[in-house]
Amino acid sequence: MLEIRNLHVSIEDKKILNGLTLTVHDGEVAAIMGPNGSGKSTLSYVIAGKPDYEVLDGEILLDGQNVLELEPHERAAAGLFLAFQYPLEIPGVATMSFLKAAMNSQRKIRGEEEMATADFMKAVRAAADGLGIPQDMLRRGLNVGFSGGEKKRMEILQMALLAPNFCILDETDSGLDIDALKIVSEGVNALRDPKRAFLVITHYQRLLNYIVPDSVHVMAHGQVVKSGGKELALELEATGYADYKTLAA
Amino acid sequence: MAAVQETVDQVKAIDVDQYKYGFSTELEVDKAPLGLNEDIVRLISAKKGEPEWMLEWRLDAYRRWLTMREPTWARVAYPKIDFNDIYYYAAPKMNAAPQTLDEVDPAILETYKKLGIPLREQEILAGVQTSKVAVDAVFDSVSVVTTFKAELAKSGVIFCSISEALKEHPELVRKYLGTVVPVTDNFYATLNAAVFTDGSFVYIPKGVRCPMELSTYFRINERNTGQFERTLIIAEEGSYVSYLEGCTAPQRDENQLHAAVVELITMDDAEIKYSTVQNWYPGDKDGKGGIYNFVTKRGDCRGKNSKISWTQVETGSAITWKYPSCILRGDGSRGEFYSIAVSNGMQQVDSGTKMIHLGKNTTSRIISKGISAGRSQNTYRGQVSAHRKATNMRNFTNCDSLLIGDQCGAHTVPYMECNNASAVFEHEATTSKISEDQLFYCQQRGLNPEEATALIVNGFVKDVLQQLPMEFAVEAQKLISISLEGSVG
Repeated sequence: MLEIRNLHVSIEDKKILNGLTLTVHDGEVAAIMGPNGSGKSTLSYVIAGKPDYEVLDGEILLDGQNVLELEPHERAAAGLFLAFQYPLEIPGVATMSFLKAAMNSQRKIRGEEEMATADFMKAVRAAADGLGIPQDMLRRGLNVGFSGGEKKRMEILQMALLAPNFCILDETDSGLDIDALKIVSEGVNALRDPKRAFLVITHYQRLLNYIVPDSVHVMAHGQVVKSGGKELALELEATGYADYKTLAA
Repeated sequence: MAAVQETVDQVKAIDVDQYKYGFSTELEVDKAPLGLNEDIVRLISAKKGEPEWMLEWRLDAYRRWLTMREPTWARVAYPKIDFNDIYYYAAPKMNAAPQTLDEVDPAILETYKKLGIPLREQEILAGVQTSKVAVDAVFDSVSVVTTFKAELAKSGVIFCSISEALKEHPELVRKYLGTVVPVTDNFYATLNAAVFTDGSFVYIPKGVRCPMELSTYFRINERNTGQFERTLIIAEEGSYVSYLEGCTAPQRDENQLHAAVVELITMDDAEIKYSTVQNWYPGDKDGKGGIYNFVTKRGDCRGKNSKISWTQVETGSAITWKYPSCILRGDGSRGEFYSIAVSNGMQQVDSGTKMIHLGKNTTSRIISKGISAGRSQNTYRGQVSAHRKATNMRNFTNCDSLLIGDQCGAHTVPYMECNNASAVFEHEATTSKISEDQLFYCQQRGLNPEEATALIVNGFVKDVLQQLPMEFAVEAQKLISISLEGSVG
């Protein structure tokens, strides 16, 4: 379970989040929607621990533990995963090598044994097949020369392998055509689990046709200004964000 | 994949003191008086029991050296060196040249053991060591032991110290010494010609593929002592040899000079693969101490379709000034230069290569990866020239620089000379920075900042690491990680 209480955040003296409060329960898929500049991506970065953001007040608890006290890699080992809007390229590092290094680092932090190479390879291949990722892509440099859709699929592959208990998807639908959107959504749906929660950040209702949320939260001016069920997303699609912009101002 | 993990493990195993070869060994030492004059040159020659012609060669070099000036074109800065404040000869005291390992001072063997260098032939043969590598170990001014000599001799390969070669095979040394790097080539090469003390000599006869990797480990131990080694490798027609050198030195507050000369010669269809893992003491984080590594390395592809390949991993030295080069004289010959130069702290690197295309259809390939961290300066300087007779020569150059932090510098200085219309040059250069975003991305997946940096750097240097003999690639990877430790954050 993730609990965010009264979160105030600024970057370079610009206040982005203004007392945001949000709870996502185990097994829940929560969607965050909102206009550009409402602080959606900032929220995802702050939860994951990106440097440069200054937390002025508030707390973020993952299963009762204050993640603000942890380094980004410790948060990852604690089960936090962020699927990036713009995944980074790591030239010369084969995707497979990266996956293994990440997995074993997390295991080490948690005091677990390394995964046997054969088991690891098997797990990667199975997950890759499910997402339509060809084997030769796993040998190429991570995300180097991948299309937008391939990068997003690679994020979901990593999510599947690292088996986090809290997943944030930051505008995963941006830049995806309808086929890629379906594949990625199916990948996410396959990971839905009573013990795993999702925070799905998106501009558009479209993604939520495929990843059906349990709750929808509207953000404006760095706060959650309205929460509701999945029907709220449809409502937004029809009316737009104009009302909310004025609401919070 | 495994290698990445290994790097990470090794980085973790290292404690705060980064230069782990900084210890020194207490030995009784036979030293020449301080400074340099003709008597010192005579003394060195006498100590080695050299023939008269060799002494004359040295004295001629010394006299010419007196008229020369230090080169100043490199992008490095250091106080003027007092060449009379250096010891030019220092040797561990031994009764006679050791014939077997048992006659070598145990303190020296212990030193090499600490450095992780396999000298014990018996152990290697018994399978305790997995790889079989013949080693020549040079301690300060002298070669202390060369392993596997007998086994190599069976295939006609000569592998010994250059002092020994001067005694056993003077005709070969005389025929080739100074034919690639002339006595008056440059200030440091001329100094080396006058005072070189030891180094390795390799001769591969016609048609022989050297049955094992050859390697030399250089260790500077004594204080205020310069190391001037000279290496000469000759590959006769159709032969092949892979040779590796490694270098370390104790941690000392003063700077020490290392001015080596390496000459390679390949005849028709022969190939020499020369790899260096250079890890001289780099000085402390404020730039105190460290080795001045002023080295001249050159290969001469004398024969048709011959090949010389330089691979270097440079992580040590306060200052590196070195340009392993190829003279592509034989038609169809090929020169390669693969380099990883890592600088951290206050290190200064000015390194690169020269590919001199003289023959027809000659090709060269240059892949240089510079990594700068801390407050270091890292320069790639390379020259490619096409002689008017070098019809259809081709060169490909790729220089990539990676910056870590915002107080270091990377510089690329390519020179090209083309006197032949059919010549083809390709040059690619990139400069990138390990971005905060890349680091954060890796961290989000569970890697700590050091692991993340090691991973990104390993990816950056992969093309070059692949050129190293397998057993040294891991060592090199480890070194790079150690050199960059503390550069993040």
